Amino acid sequence: MSNKKILPKINSASELDQLRKRILSKKDPDKPSIAICAGMGCLSHDSDRIIKAFEEEIGKKKLKGKVDLRATGCHGFCEKGPLVVIHPEEICYVEVMPEDVPEIVSQTVLKNNVIDRLVYADPDTGEQAVHQSEIPFYKDQMRHLMGSITKIDPRSIEDYLAAGGYSALSKSLSEMCPEEVLEEIKKATLRGRGGGGFPAGRKWETARIAPGKDKYVIVNAHEGELGAFMDRALFTGNPHSVLEGLIIGGYAVGSKQGFIYTRHDAPRLKKNIDTAIAQAEEFGFLGKDILGSGFSFHVEVHLDIGIFVSGESSALMRAIEGNPPEPRPKYIRTSVKGIWDSPSVLNNVETWANVPLIIDKGSEWYTQVGTENSKGTKLVSLSGNIVNTGVAEVPFGTKVKEIIYSIGGGIPKGKKLKAVHFGGPMGGSIPAGLIDTPLDFDELAKLGAPIGAGSILVLDEDASMVDVTRYFLDFLSNESCGKCVPCREGIRQMLKILNNMIDGKGREGDIALLEEIAEVTGAASLCALGKTAADPLKSTLHYFRDEYEAKIAEGKSPVAKRER
Amino acid sequence: MMGKEKKTHDFIIQIDGKDVKATEGMTVLEAARSADIFIPTICYHEKLKPYGLCRICTVEAEFRGWTKLVAACLYPVEKDLIVRTRSEKVDKIRKLILEFLLAHAPNSPQLLDLAEEYGAGKDRFEKESSFCILCGLCVRYCAEIKQKNAVGFVDCGARREIRFIPEIAATECINCKECFELCPTSYLQAAFVLTEAFSHPQDSSPTESMK
Repeated sequence: MSNKKILPKINSASELDQLRKRILSKKDPDKPSIAICAGMGCLSHDSDRIIKAFEEEIGKKKLKGKVDLRATGCHGFCEKGPLVVIHPEEICYVEVMPEDVPEIVSQTVLKNNVIDRLVYADPDTGEQAVHQSEIPFYKDQMRHLMGSITKIDPRSIEDYLAAGGYSALSKSLSEMCPEEVLEEIKKATLRGRGGGGFPAGRKWETARIAPGKDKYVIVNAHEGELGAFMDRALFTGNPHSVLEGLIIGGYAVGSKQGFIYTRHDAPRLKKNIDTAIAQAEEFGFLGKDILGSGFSFHVEVHLDIGIFVSGESSALMRAIEGNPPEPRPKYIRTSVKGIWDSPSVLNNVETWANVPLIIDKGSEWYTQVGTENSKGTKLVSLSGNIVNTGVAEVPFGTKVKEIIYSIGGGIPKGKKLKAVHFGGPMGGSIPAGLIDTPLDFDELAKLGAPIGAGSILVLDEDASMVDVTRYFLDFLSNESCGKCVPCREGIRQMLKILNNMIDGKGREGDIALLEEIAEVTGAASLCALGKTAADPLKSTLHYFRDEYEAKIAEGKSPVAKRER
Repeated sequence: MMGKEKKTHDFIIQIDGKDVKATEGMTVLEAARSADIFIPTICYHEKLKPYGLCRICTVEAEFRGWTKLVAACLYPVEKDLIVRTRSEKVDKIRKLILEFLLAHAPNSPQLLDLAEEYGAGKDRFEKESSFCILCGLCVRYCAEIKQKNAVGFVDCGARREIRFIPEIAATECINCKECFELCPTSYLQAAFVLTEAFSHPQDSSPTESMK
């Protein structure tokens, strides 16, 4: 866990190879290693106490040095946390309590005995799954980005190097010119994972050829989308992978300065990012003359002030400049005129994390996975009326149905599925009848439910779509910047109408008025937040219009209301 | 308003079927005004940087066969641009924007004039007479022209409002008050008097402050 024995500052690709060899030679593949999930979900179930208990137990049993212990990033299966995975067997224990720790050490770590009561059992069949990869939640995933999470202590650059980290950066700098890196990203047809799905390569190219001495690359780690918690999981758990992607991006775009824009309310994430940057500087992956290539690159971290709109690209750039995070019109793209009017490339956490993977394994490998226009994997966060809440990574093209039923374990209490909502407050819902749709940027957008950043909110038969829509608008009424009239006032009036409807004061003509406001707000607002603020409303009006009509009818007929 | 044009960057754009000479760097609004074509504005002021907030100047801009709705006060002209300042879509947007704003400032003459033009109903939405429509003219005038920042926006979303900063207002505003006449709803005077009253209770004889 410590870097003390390693001489930092690597000056060339071959020095990096030597260092990696040294690190790997010190690692015994048969040495037991315990990975305790310190992701958000597990921490909220006191996984900190479990980590402490393991530390004590290892001390007591004099196992220090004989067993590795890691507090890792999110394993994904939040529903069953706290999670503990014991390598090399990859035995996975769920819902672990601190009291279980002595037994885990004496039985599993030392004797390789499986403790039945801590093993995942299928809630329907009772069938047990001892290893992580056998658990249904994990079985159908393709964990390209999250796969190494249980083997990496986010605070250890050595762990990242042992997992092959920074080899893509080294390859880029020593074997490829910036144009070749750019070309590889374009060939991989990497699309932005933050919501828009815009081709990252094209964005990079625009910034690369745009005039300007200073260019910037930025990680959007704001993740304000309600129900989205995968970026935080990935970035907290494997910060170097995102950082490496950013440095490679800087090289390809011709930028010397990167920014990471993240949340003020995620202290562990901030700490891990800071640690990763400090280590990368120490080892020479950041700073002047990286790996002896002549390329210099620095990274600065910025914290948000806590409103949703500050994750919008132009608002975010205003914030980095030191201005209030208000969007400005993007008649000239931010990749041409962004921060301080210089070309700026903004991609989200997951997009950047894909970059080292593409460079390492090549675009040909990368494009084997996915659909025609959506390549690679996608992180999704599952929440709502679903058995397995958590973060999953699936190949594009996976049917929504598989995500909900195979990975997500279906709907609790035998309830029926009503709708699946994508993209949080700027997204849309599809009804249960359409869950054979593949997870794909374009297919879902066609249905009025763009994939967004990847939050999937599952709604069962008891959910009221009017309530859900009201909830999103209520959120936006506080989280919009309030600058432009169609967004601020449109949201205010739509919310009022829905509140009245829910209070039984709906009126004839409300639906038409909602549609009129939604159209104007969508057409005339200044930024993407305003333009899409009415999207949940539009999609629910499209698929669940009867629910709105019923609410209005209820208001008019007290009898109907009572019966409901 | 739009400097003497450099011949090399002049080109023709079309606004409402009329050929209009434009210069690179101009906005659609500037080009339209130079040709006496009217586009309504609320938050625009020629001394201030365009802010694109009220969206009442939304027009249709067609370029290479693609039509977009854009804010005329911000959208840069480009060669072969075709602009339509009135259309069914544009009018619908302006009408609703006016109705939104009239809920807050039902007696603003400027809004009422425009409402008549676009058939906007004064009472379409429930009144929340804050009198301020958050056009930001005072805020921007104070920041850009006076460079005092005595008045600013606070909070966000539906809670956004303007506030005078008492510490600055107490020294700067008494002899300035230049922003008053910019206000399209006359809210500003009230707000200022109130702040003055709070920060200097002993000086706040109403007649003094109102003048």
